[in-house]
Amino acid sequence: MGKYIPNTDAEQKAMLTEIGFSSFEDLFADAPKEVMLKGELNIPSGLSELQVRKDMTKIAEKNVIFPTIFRGAGAYRHFIPSIVKSVITKENFLTSYTPYQAETSQGVLQSIYEYQTMIADITGMDVSNASIYDGASGAAEAVAMCRERKRKKALVSALAHPDTIATIMTYCHGNGMDVEVVPAKDGLTDVEYIKKHIDQGTACVFVQHPNYYGNLEPAREIADITHEAGARYIMSVNPISLGILKSPREYGADIAVGDGQPLGLSIAFGGPYIGFMSCTDELVRRLPGRIVGETHDAKGRVGYVLTLQAREQHIRREKASSNVCSNQALCALAVGVYLSAVGKEGLKEVATLCMSKAHYMAKELEKIGFKPEYKTEFFHEFVTVSDVSSEKALKALEDNGILGGYPLDDKRILWCCTEVNGKCCIDKAVSILKEVK
Amino acid sequence: MLVFEKSRPGRGCTLFPPCDVDVVTPSDKDKRESELHLPELSETEISRHYTELAKKSRGVNDGFYPLGSCTMKYNPKINEDMASLPGFTEIHPLQPEHTVQGCLEVLQTVEKYLCEITGMDRLTVQPAAGAHGEFTGLMLIKAYHESRNDTKRTKIIVPDSAHGTNPASATMAGYSVVSIPSSADGCVDIEKLKAVAGDDIAGLMLTNPNTVGLFDKNILEITKIVHDCGGLNYYDGANLNAVMGVVKPGDMGFDVIHLNIHKTFSTPHGGGGPGCGAVGCKKLLADFMPAVLVEGDAEKKFVKPKHSIGEMKAFYGNFLVVVKALTYIKTLGKEGIPQACKNAVLNANYMMDKLKDIYTMAYDQICMHEFVMSLEDLKRKTGVSAMDIAKALIDNGMHPPTMYFPLIVHEALMVEPTETESKETLDDAIAVFRKLYEQAQKDPEALHMAPVTTPVGRLDEVGAARNPVLRYKWK
Repeated sequence: MGKYIPNTDAEQKAMLTEIGFSSFEDLFADAPKEVMLKGELNIPSGLSELQVRKDMTKIAEKNVIFPTIFRGAGAYRHFIPSIVKSVITKENFLTSYTPYQAETSQGVLQSIYEYQTMIADITGMDVSNASIYDGASGAAEAVAMCRERKRKKALVSALAHPDTIATIMTYCHGNGMDVEVVPAKDGLTDVEYIKKHIDQGTACVFVQHPNYYGNLEPAREIADITHEAGARYIMSVNPISLGILKSPREYGADIAVGDGQPLGLSIAFGGPYIGFMSCTDELVRRLPGRIVGETHDAKGRVGYVLTLQAREQHIRREKASSNVCSNQALCALAVGVYLSAVGKEGLKEVATLCMSKAHYMAKELEKIGFKPEYKTEFFHEFVTVSDVSSEKALKALEDNGILGGYPLDDKRILWCCTEVNGKCCIDKAVSILKEVK
Repeated sequence: MLVFEKSRPGRGCTLFPPCDVDVVTPSDKDKRESELHLPELSETEISRHYTELAKKSRGVNDGFYPLGSCTMKYNPKINEDMASLPGFTEIHPLQPEHTVQGCLEVLQTVEKYLCEITGMDRLTVQPAAGAHGEFTGLMLIKAYHESRNDTKRTKIIVPDSAHGTNPASATMAGYSVVSIPSSADGCVDIEKLKAVAGDDIAGLMLTNPNTVGLFDKNILEITKIVHDCGGLNYYDGANLNAVMGVVKPGDMGFDVIHLNIHKTFSTPHGGGGPGCGAVGCKKLLADFMPAVLVEGDAEKKFVKPKHSIGEMKAFYGNFLVVVKALTYIKTLGKEGIPQACKNAVLNANYMMDKLKDIYTMAYDQICMHEFVMSLEDLKRKTGVSAMDIAKALIDNGMHPPTMYFPLIVHEALMVEPTETESKETLDDAIAVFRKLYEQAQKDPEALHMAPVTTPVGRLDEVGAARNPVLRYKWK
């Protein structure tokens, strides 16, 4: 049996005796007899480290690792520079708590302050929080931020990620806001529908850009319609795209959210990822979660603290703007290191690589009968339609160690390319698909 | 110095190959115009920058971290190794089910073990943190009442000693909060509970052992009162380390529970996350569970619960954190889980016993995994506050206990040693606490100045909130 208790049985007994107890059972005297567990837990006996390692490795080996992936749909395999892992495995970061004790947590606090600055920079917004669980929960928190006494309706694009829409629905069922899904039209959010349905009761309009199908939305036009009605505009964006696509601020967003996974986090069967959230100065006191600010000590030395805590649950309790306590701090650190490593030129470079490869693949697929479903501009994801069934096509790729795009239905597939997909791998995938009848 | 101030134009790392296909860029309408300011640094500089920041951070690895209510136990290294296996890190969440049987096995096994430990029937790991789990659990309670058309239940009872997340989560779920004061012994006041229990109550949120570190003797009566009025009982698992393997929340009358995997099950806090707020429930709530659950033996598959409340976030939770928890449970097993719990309680009682002759204990009785001291007397006599002692502990190589919580104890310091500390560590900490008590009598001024060994002294938090500076600005 493994354990992490330093004290030996004899030492434990001596400690018990020293403080006047004869057995461990005495320590639980307050618990009613009838609730005390009789007998053992029905789980296996503990194991040595060597056995556990073998066991867990065997479980991991039951998964198939695809050397090549053309699937995104909310989780993206990008290149992760070695420096990222080197930093986030440092134990002072890994094993520390939320930095409540500022004097002994300046490193963690500064790293978050730098993260906030970088998120504000790439999204073009004024301020960022210290992170939220992921892009979907961040979206739901952003919608809740926009609620006003007389504005309780959220118009949410049908072309946001399905999990994002579902999460917004869950949160709004809780807080009593109404969600109205704006239908899609030709692969884009239906702007005419927004015009017709936006009103004085609308709190916000939520759009994902590039959208679930990879297409570029008429983001600026939607901003103008939204603001004219006095509502707030939330954009969910892919952070890699911000290297070359307009920032949410440039499109007119009031709040920018998204999933930061592409910035240095592995796909890891869905998590941990990180939700980033940034907004205009006007909304800062509504922003949920931790926020780090700069200040100084009595000697004038600059330091960092968790700030604007009057918004938070531990002070405001039931009147808090959100219940967020733990967030994704270590993932924020990873994002900070990633963005430092790629720098401003690298972010443009990786975004350009993603966009170029996806366009190359789309062109090659079109030649063999996987036609683009939409004529719109796209970033690094796109939808094809073909006569070949999606199942057959993807099976052929899988047999060759390739995870193809995500099947939307029997004829439509959502593809994704990133900088890790070389031309030769794209060509190989296309040549395999060509043979599928 | 900030990373941005170290940036020099033209520096950088060589990360990406040249583009091997025709370059495509966005058309003007979507092309970014605003300048990016991300830093330009060589890898040497990045590495040294973060090494410097690491030196100014403090983890469990650096020393004793008795942060009450946070369970800062040692984070075993094998957990990290297992969570770094490519068979877990390189798996896409939307791969076909037959290619992710190992991931499904992790989820299914963790569910089985945690249900056994907590006395629940089903469990999801989708919620990303404790507070997220609370919100999830309350949405389950809401779905349950709605399914019975019992719409008059609009209130959740929360004791005044509860974590702030409890009332905040209740509000997010659309409930109004009925706060009930604790009785003199720090536990639920049965008469006050009876007075508010009625057909407008959706449920009760309770931490047991509670936030003052006591096991509520009346727990069975409490949960029965709530059940009798038609409400459900929610267990805040923040303090599960004090009872795991010894008492099951399910046997105390709880219907739904969240666990802080990053507390009880040894996964690291990472400076504030990622955590995992697994939610377990009894059968009556199983059909409402969020996301997907795993079914099947030889061939495992995801199944959507019949009347699911929907998604709490994307995909299946902080999966790698779950891998770490499974590694931990496999290591401890049925013997190690109760042993960890018992030693956590022993260590807390040991420290309390060795301090109670000079420090005033908020509740002078057997505690569970943590105890709360009130420094009100000390402050009145010497002017030295809980804050002063906490900051002086930093100068003595310790992370401070939780300060000023729970709110019902004045000048509170809440100490949770955990089971992973040796007797010598506890003895050293006791000696430091005693030394500081003496110092408070003789030289209170010095304690007001603490800490003095850190890169900065006490920071102006009021100024930070009044004139917020929340980011670096480029000239």
